[in-house]
This record gives sequence, C-alpha cells and structure tokens, in this order.
Amino acid sequence: MSFPFLSVITFTPAVAGLLILLLPAERKTEARMVALAAGVFATILSLYVYFGYDQAAGGYQFIEQYLWVPQWGITYYVGVDGLSLPLVLLTAVVMLTGVLISWGIDDRPREFFAFLFILATGVFGVFVALDLFHLFFFYEIAVFPMYLLIAIWGWVKTREYAAMKLTLYLFIGSVIALVGALAMFVAVRDFTGEASFSMLTISQAQQAGAFDFNVTLGNPFGGAPLLVTSFEKFVFPWVFFGFAVLGGIFPFHNWSPDGHVAAPTAVSMFHAGVLMKLGAFAALRVGIMLLPEGARFHLPWIVLLTLVNVVYGSFIAMTQQDMKYMIGFSSVSHMGLVAMAFTTLNNDGYVGAGLQMFSHGVMTALFFACVGMIYDRAHTRMMPELGGMARKMPFVAVAFIIGGFTSMGMPGLSGFVAELPIFLGVWRARALDVAGLPGWLASLAQQPWYFPLIALISAVSIVVTAAYVLRAVQRVFFGDLPHEFEHHVGDVTVLDKTALTILCGLMIILGVYPAIMAPLIETAVRPVLALLGVQ
Amino acid sequence: MSFNPFNPETLLAILPELVLVVTAALVMGLDVVWPESRRRGLGLLTAGGLALAAVLALIFSQPSPDNALIFGGMMRDDGLAFIFRLLFMFSGMIVALLSVDSQGVARKGEYYAILLGAVIGMNFMAAAADLIMLYLALETTSIALYLLAGFLRDDDKSAESGLKYFLFGAFTSAMMLYGFSLLFGFTGKTNLYELSGALLSGGVPTLPVLVALLLVLVGFGFKVSAVPFHFWSPDVYEGAPTPVTAFISVASKAAGFAVLVRVMVAVFPDVEGYWAPLVAVISVFTMTLGNTLALAQRNIKRLLAYSSIAQAGYALIGLAALSESGIAAIIFYLLMYTVTNLATFGVIILAVRAIGSDEIADYAGLSRRSPGLALVFLVGFLSLGGMPPLGGFFGKFFVFTAAVESGLVWLAVIGVLNAIVGLYYYLTVLKVVYLYRSERDNETIAVPRAYALALGLCSFGILLLGTAAGPWFSWATAAARGLF
Repeated sequence: MSFPFLSVITFTPAVAGLLILLLPAERKTEARMVALAAGVFATILSLYVYFGYDQAAGGYQFIEQYLWVPQWGITYYVGVDGLSLPLVLLTAVVMLTGVLISWGIDDRPREFFAFLFILATGVFGVFVALDLFHLFFFYEIAVFPMYLLIAIWGWVKTREYAAMKLTLYLFIGSVIALVGALAMFVAVRDFTGEASFSMLTISQAQQAGAFDFNVTLGNPFGGAPLLVTSFEKFVFPWVFFGFAVLGGIFPFHNWSPDGHVAAPTAVSMFHAGVLMKLGAFAALRVGIMLLPEGARFHLPWIVLLTLVNVVYGSFIAMTQQDMKYMIGFSSVSHMGLVAMAFTTLNNDGYVGAGLQMFSHGVMTALFFACVGMIYDRAHTRMMPELGGMARKMPFVAVAFIIGGFTSMGMPGLSGFVAELPIFLGVWRARALDVAGLPGWLASLAQQPWYFPLIALISAVSIVVTAAYVLRAVQRVFFGDLPHEFEHHVGDVTVLDKTALTILCGLMIILGVYPAIMAPLIETAVRPVLALLGVQ
Repeated sequence: MSFNPFNPETLLAILPELVLVVTAALVMGLDVVWPESRRRGLGLLTAGGLALAAVLALIFSQPSPDNALIFGGMMRDDGLAFIFRLLFMFSGMIVALLSVDSQGVARKGEYYAILLGAVIGMNFMAAAADLIMLYLALETTSIALYLLAGFLRDDDKSAESGLKYFLFGAFTSAMMLYGFSLLFGFTGKTNLYELSGALLSGGVPTLPVLVALLLVLVGFGFKVSAVPFHFWSPDVYEGAPTPVTAFISVASKAAGFAVLVRVMVAVFPDVEGYWAPLVAVISVFTMTLGNTLALAQRNIKRLLAYSSIAQAGYALIGLAALSESGIAAIIFYLLMYTVTNLATFGVIILAVRAIGSDEIADYAGLSRRSPGLALVFLVGFLSLGGMPPLGGFFGKFFVFTAAVESGLVWLAVIGVLNAIVGLYYYLTVLKVVYLYRSERDNETIAVPRAYALALGLCSFGILLLGTAAGPWFSWATAAARGLF
C-alpha cells in the first residue's frame, strides 16, 4: 500500500491541535511552533499531492478506503480529483498563513490553535471525501469550532450574536442536506440491494436509474396530491441549498458578513477563504454530481438568485464604511460568481468556478490579513477614520492593492483568469430542462437572451467592485495620516510579510501562468459534464 | 417454548450480580468497622466491585447463542440483556467514582449499598423475561432510586425530590401493574415470550390488548421520562444529590428503554400498527417539549433534565422505526448518551463543589479556572448536541437513518430540527463557560484522582463512539437481532 498522503494531510492539523492542548499553559511559544510546523508540513504534502496528480489518467487518485460502519455501508473513503486538489492546497496555504499572522494572539493561544486546527481537519476531510457520510462527518467538524473561535476570540461588540447566527445557519443547512442525503442512500439501497454511502456507487446507481421514481406529497385534507415530481427534482433543492448556505447563496448569505466581521483575523481568513468554498464544493459534489437531473431542472432559475448575490453583494459592499464588512460583502458577491458558474452547465463555467474558488480563497485571505494588521495597530477599521497607512506599512499597502486588482479582475492576476471563463460560460449557457417550471419562468429561461442578459447584468459588479476597492485603497492607504496614528502605528512583522508574500505570490503565479491549474480542473470538469448529459 | 432445566452453570449467567451482592455486603460491613477517615475507600471499593463484576460478565456471562430462557423462563440470556447489564455496571462504577468526594453521600456505606442494589435491580430488569420478574426487578430499582434521590435528609430539596419521585413512581407503577394483570388475565401466562402467541391464539380482541398496552406504556414512559410522564424529572434532577442525578439520568433511563424495547417487540408485535405511530407521536412531543423548555432554564441541573427528556425523544425514534436497525440505533444511542451525560455531570459535581451553585451564570470563567474540566464539558455538551467526532453524532445519525429507512422521513425532519434547537442551548452554556469571566478566575479547581479517572474514561468513550463507531454498532445490531 502506498503512503496515505490524504489521511496524513487531513489529520496533521488535528494531531497538532492535540499536541498543543497537551502542552502546559505557559508554553505559548512552543504552542505556536507546533502550529507553524503543522502548517508547513501540510503545505508541503499538499504541494506534493498537487504536482503528483496524474492529469493524463484523471479521475480520483491517492485513494484510500477503509470500512467504518459496515452495516450502513459507511467507509472512510478519500481521494482527490482536479476540482478538490486546488482546494486542498488552498486550505493548507491558508492554514500556514493563518498561523503566521496569528502569532501575536496572547489570550489562551493553546485553545485557539487547537480549535482552528480541528476546523482545518474538518475542511481537509470534506475536500477529499468520496463517501457521503465521510463528507458530512467532516463538514460538521468544520462548522462547530467556528462558534468557539468567533465567540471567544472575536470582536467584542458582535461576537456572541454573530457566532450563534453563523452556527445555526450552517447547522440548519447541513442537517437539511443530511436528510436529503439519507433519502438518496435509501433509494440507492432499495435499487441495488446493497447499503453504501460511497458517492461513486451512488452516482453509478443514479446513472442506472435508481432515482427514476416519483415523489408524491399527499394532501392531508384529501383530494389530489399537492405535488408529484421526480425524486431528483424534489431532493435537489434541499441538498443544494443546504450546502450552498455555507457558500453564501442569496437569500441565505446573511450570516456571512456578520461572521467575517466578528471573527478574529485568522478565523476570518479561514472562514471566507476556505469555509465558503466548502459549501460550494459540497453543493457541487453532492447536489449537482449525484442529482444531475435535478440540477438540470433547477439551476436555470437558481441563476437568478446568484445574480442577486453578485450584483447586490457588490452594491452593499460599496456602501460599507467598515473595511471588514466591505470585504465580507465582496465575498458574497464573488462567491455568487462561483454559484452562477455552476448554473452554466458548460466547460468554461465549471473551469472558471474551480479557478475562482481558489483565487477568491487566496484573495480574501489576503484582504482579511491586511485588515487584521491595520486593525491591530490603528484599532479601527472604519475607512473614514483611516488614511496614509502606506507611509507606515508600505508592505501591507502593496499587498492590499494586489488583492484589490485581483478582485477587480485585472489581467495578469488570478481574478481575471477565473472570472473571464465564468462570464463566457454564462454567456453561452442554455436552459436544458424546463418542463415543470412555472410557465413564465420556463419561457423566460428558454429565451436566447436569458443567460447573455444575466452575464451582462452581473458584469456590472466588476465596475462596482473597482469602485469600492479603489475607494478603500485611496482612503486607507493614501491621503493624510491622521495625527493620532503618527506615533503608535508601526510596520508589520517579518512573519506578517511572509504570509502576505505567499498569498500575493499565488495570485500572481496563477495570473500569469494559468496553465498550472486550469487543465487540472478541466480533467475533473469533463466527467461532471458527462454526468449532466452535456457535451 | 422449552425451558432449560436448572443446571448450576446457569449461575454463571448471574455471576456479576452475585459479585455485586457480595460487594454490597462488604461495603455495609466495612462501613461499621472502618473509622470515618477511611470511609472514602467505600466508594472506591464499590467502583472496584462494579468493575470486577463487569469484567467477570465479559468473561463468563457472554450471552448464549440461542438466546436461552433461563431460571425457569424468568430471564433471557441474550445480547440485549448483556449490553445493558454492562452499561449499568459501567455507569454505576462511574457514579461511585464521582461520589467519593461528594458532599453528604461520600462517606456513607448505605449510600453505596443502595446504589449497588439499584444496579442489581437494573441488571435483572434488562434480562427479565417474565412479568413477575420484570416487576420485581423494576421495583427493586425504583425503591433504591427513591431512597437515593432523597438521601440528603437535611436538605429540603433533596427530600422533596425523593418524595416526588416516589409518588409519581408509585402511581405509574400501579398503572403498569394493572396492565400486567390484564395481560395475565387474558392469557394465563406471565412469560413475555409466551404472551404474544397466547394473545393471538386466545382470540383476545384488539381493544383490551391496547388498553393493557397503554397501561404498560405509562410505566415505561415514566422510566424513560417521555412526555407526558416527564413531570417528575426536572424537580427530581434538581433536588437529588448530583451523583444520583447522574445515575438516574443515564442508568434508570437506559433500563427503562431496555424493558420498553423488549416488551414492545416481544409481547405486542400483533398490534404494532397501533403502537408504532403512537411511539412516533410520543417521540415528537418528547423531543420538542424537552428542547423547548430547556431553552428557558437557568439552572444547569434542570437544563440537563429537559435535555435528557429530549434525548429520550430521539432514542424513541428508533423504536418508532420498528426495525432491527432502529433497535440497534436505540442501543447505540443509549451507550453514547450514558458516557456523555456521565461526563457532563462529573464536571458539574466538581464545579458545584468549587462554585457552590447550580446556576448556569455562575459557570463563568470555568475555562480559565480549569481548562481541562471545561474541555470535558465542551466534549460532553457537543456530543449531546450531536457534533462529530463525538458519539452524539453517530447516535443521532443512526436513529435518523433508521427512521428514513422505515419511511418516516417526517420524523427524521422533526428530529433534525430539534437537534438545532438543542444545539442552541448547549452552545449557550458553553458560551458562559468559555467566554465570560468571573472574579475568581485565578483560583484553580482541584480534580481528585477518582474524578479524573471517571472523566477520562467517559471522554475517551465519547471519542471512541464518535470515531470507531462500527464495532459498537455491530454489537448493538447483534443484540437487536436477538429480539426478533
């Protein structure tokens, strides 16, 4: 048996977290060193797996499978494909940079790193999951430490509220998706006669027709049934939205800016950078890939919700004075693009979605890191109160501007590489299966101008993004330095600079050399499209 | 139905109980002999006796492969009885460990003897295969528990707790006994495994059978604190000495489930079309009411009382699912619930000693005063809330899967919605523990070794059930299979 790379990556943070908890409370530096070592180790392994993946062969690689609960066909089952690999790498990078910029946390750092690392294990576990139960298991592990991380180390004013709101939103989403997943499991078991939570088995059974039956909602007051629809069409929205809550889809996005703002810097980075991808990724893996019929049917109208995400999110970001809220809503807008890309059901869109998940993860992590550094020194995040920061911390200013350009989609940076194919994909998308939608929606979705129009409207967000990013850059980093900051605001530490350099470097590398990732993602997109019956 | 003739080897099947009787006698004897200063050892001796009994049970009292009826049909030597007996002895052991420094009960021989008596009663409850045996075992347990709940004679709340428990218990027990008498009257049989056939062949009409069923359900519903027979639990939990509360909340409830499952499946299979939906409805009300009322609690013991009502509701889903996997899910759920609740109560016992209050608000700063205790508390509460990688996640998952498998999707949906409400109040308590400060942040809380051992065992159990759930669930499934 080959070396279990994925398991080692998954459990590195958890083991490091336990080690840290076992250290005596006053050994704070040692705790940080263990955390850093774990971050470096996970990053190196992720890079190895990333470049060791055989693109010519495609499919799932680095597979490991062990029995877990045999009665229910639950296995510990991991593997990566072109869609999950960039996200594994992203998680490792955010973990590493998160440790670097959290070096200064002084209130119970042991617990902080332990909880953060449990979360990281959960995230890795979801990205490499090939078993539905395995996915849920790690998904929940990724969710609940957020509560403690935000509630304990967060921003005093809103942390209790934001932490509870976030946890309940995400938990509600996941349990609703869980019931949908259980229904899928039972349907497959009745069809094949064998209990299995393996997503590969479920997908095969789906192709063989396990879900080709109707669901009838009886009318409790007698008369005709309220709803008769095919299983996939019925279950898809539950599963898709259950996960997409974590991806920040409208109208369930509301937890996310509050959560971002209240969280301490490293947690915001994790939260916006990685956790929101978790939602989008699971919605794709479980929702779209296991229920393609449902996806073909529902996505043409879901695109309207994502349009709201993209445009409305950017306008709300425009009106914010608090930098963290601005970035929080910008995340809603950019993650809306990912969800919108899912609705295209074509190659451009899906490759763009994969790139955007990575690109946005790096970019938001960078933004939150910068804001955290400014806040730690100036003790405010309100843009009108700031100014002239470029003189005090030039390094942060450069990094923020690079991030800002990425966010605007400037060529040469990763944002352009990701967003261009998404817009192309949306432009070319067509509604595939509208029978059963309400009449007006069906005829609307069938119009040849439906998707191009959506692409045009969502392009507005690029302009708005440019406006709020440039405004933020101008207000925060240039202009006059307020007098009270003259003395006590200093430059950032070497560790901070290292973290920023890593993040900026990734955006530039992907921007100038997209071939490092795009073909890889394409290997995974092709099978997805085949499931969807496109191509 | 054939009864094995008595043979001395069957005594091995009750070897653990014999050990417990000897331990109880020993404890009473040493209580007289030992001076006050040495009596802390009584608790350790009790725990040791229970551990020994559990080990002997594992070696000598493995269930017979053919689920034989032994002692003239009084007991059934099957997997269900085996698992539950181990569970009771484990929880008895943990409770004894948690009692050794607990105010008012720690140095009293009779306390430990009664505790052992309760465990013996529960062991026989789990194994009983005859109405007479069942009732005797149940009363042995109940009377011991009434005494334990009211053990702090000088404390009004404890006395009230004992009396209230007794009054409710005696009333429901009488109802149940009436149900038993009806069953006996219809059939002339007392053996559980003959009743069903006798009911069918005797042509007893459905209605009287249902009346008997309802009466029996009242008694068992009281034991598991299902709505509407739950009224006793908050007051009893609050007033009883905390180790006793822990014991009532896990062992007594588990014993109730053991007899509930056995009797329902063995005696009433022909009317399952009636009681399965009824159990589903009871489960919905139990979950919902428990969780809703828990939201408003300010006292940690009352909060856990309502939480334990809600937990019983989740477990009942498994019975409503009416399948082998459903019963297996109940057994797993109770295993998980037992270790989890014992861990939480263990922390509370220690915290109360240091804080001197049961109010949730007074738990502020616990994470600074004792990070280890706070961590156990966190593990326990998140497990109750159903978070991985802790036992509670698998517990809920199995129960809900069993429900969906039996077509009860609506019940699973109500269950998961309840899980969200539950998570809310568990998190609220954790927030107080981790977030708020108190004036005494710098005073650490001492954790005696016996408590550290008990808490360590329980935390390990929670993590074990939450990660390597497979073997445990296989075990539970094998036991469930023996019932059908």
